[in-house]
Amino acid sequence: MINIEALTKDFGSLTVLKGISTSVHKGEVVAVIGPSGSGKSTFLRCLNGLEQATTGDIKVQGIDITDPSADIMKVRQKIGMVFQHFNLFPHMSVLENVAYAPKTVKKLKEEQAHVIAEDLIERVGLGDKLSAYPNQLSGGQKQRVAIARALAMEPEMMLFDEPTSALDPEMVKEVLEVMQGLAESGMTMVVVTHEMNFAKEVADRILFLDDGHLVEEGDPHTFFTHPQSTRAKKFLNKIL
Amino acid sequence: MKLDFSLLVPYIPFILEGIWVTLKFVSMSIVIGFILGTLLAICKIGSIRPLKVVADVYTSIFRGTPLLVQLMIIYIAIPQLTGYDISPYVSAILAFGLNSSAYVSEIIRAGILAVDRGQTEAAAALGVPYRQMMMNIILPQAIKNILPALMNEFITLTKESAIVSVIGYVDLMRRAQIVGANTYHNFEPLLFVALIYWVMVYGLTLAGKGIERRMRASD
Repeated sequence: MINIEALTKDFGSLTVLKGISTSVHKGEVVAVIGPSGSGKSTFLRCLNGLEQATTGDIKVQGIDITDPSADIMKVRQKIGMVFQHFNLFPHMSVLENVAYAPKTVKKLKEEQAHVIAEDLIERVGLGDKLSAYPNQLSGGQKQRVAIARALAMEPEMMLFDEPTSALDPEMVKEVLEVMQGLAESGMTMVVVTHEMNFAKEVADRILFLDDGHLVEEGDPHTFFTHPQSTRAKKFLNKIL
Repeated sequence: MKLDFSLLVPYIPFILEGIWVTLKFVSMSIVIGFILGTLLAICKIGSIRPLKVVADVYTSIFRGTPLLVQLMIIYIAIPQLTGYDISPYVSAILAFGLNSSAYVSEIIRAGILAVDRGQTEAAAALGVPYRQMMMNIILPQAIKNILPALMNEFITLTKESAIVSVIGYVDLMRRAQIVGANTYHNFEPLLFVALIYWVMVYGLTLAGKGIERRMRASD
């Protein structure tokens, strides 16, 4: 579904990604882990063009999004994204937040968009909050609305950028449960996360990034019990 | 010194009519200033370099020269250069609208930049095109932040409107001068229009507060 070839990314004189090649297959849940500053988020943001790759290719269903002539907006409609800080639209109600993109981008009729939105908001367990505004919600609720908002575009794939890092501990679970449900429904997902249990239990594959390199990749069981590289060993020793 | 306001009585309808005359061009100028200012602000924050330069030069010219000079130039130069006999009314709208847009563009530019970057990213990630993102996501949030500054600009514009009297536009200020000349008493009509300006500005202030309160409702 996504093929990444020798991806590099510079911010000025700082090289954040130093040649990453991998792929994400349909229906797969990939967890991207690594120490902070390793380039995980930048890597994820390259996948929908929020960051422009410096060199290398990223092919999404055959379309090379590093090509300036590629229709990135079209590609983004197929890739949902959930941010660490939710980024809900504060001046819109929960319902409007979720219905906005189908209405504006897909040009659905208002009622149609509302039906889709209400259904998704129900699915993330916030059916009673339709007319609430983001600042009336807890962090966990905000993030669930953000997930519903991304799903409203009926994406073929979802990117999660540390979705639980900004949450109070007691709210992490409700968000992870929604994500797990999504994974079980067969959604293709790339998740940058510090939640090792989630990576272990839900992910099909782990990408371990350190200092801009893809140091190790493999199935969670092998990675967590028998990491190959010393860097992965060191990282796991610190956090487990 | 004695004040004799009874002299004013026959002229009160004439002066009060000036309220409408003043508001007629001030409101038009505000609308022009706001629309043009928004467009300029978008040019300034956009990535198209020539547009940015044009907007910056424009702002520099209209903020860097006195409004009175701009007004006189428009009123005098346009007939000389184009042969079009511009009326004081149109000159006033043009001068005030163009001048105000330079200030408004700076206010809006700052307001747009103050909106969290995450909002742009969230809209981009959903595939929302630039124009809709600006209209539906960024500007509504920016407007809320800049409303006090914007109201301030409208108030300034309303007060500064008095200078159009120099090109013979018969606004409130000009009417006070006319009445002063007719009655040989300048102080009374001036005090009277000062009061009217104050009431108009106070009305604007109240309206601004009302709008602000409504917009804060979603907070």
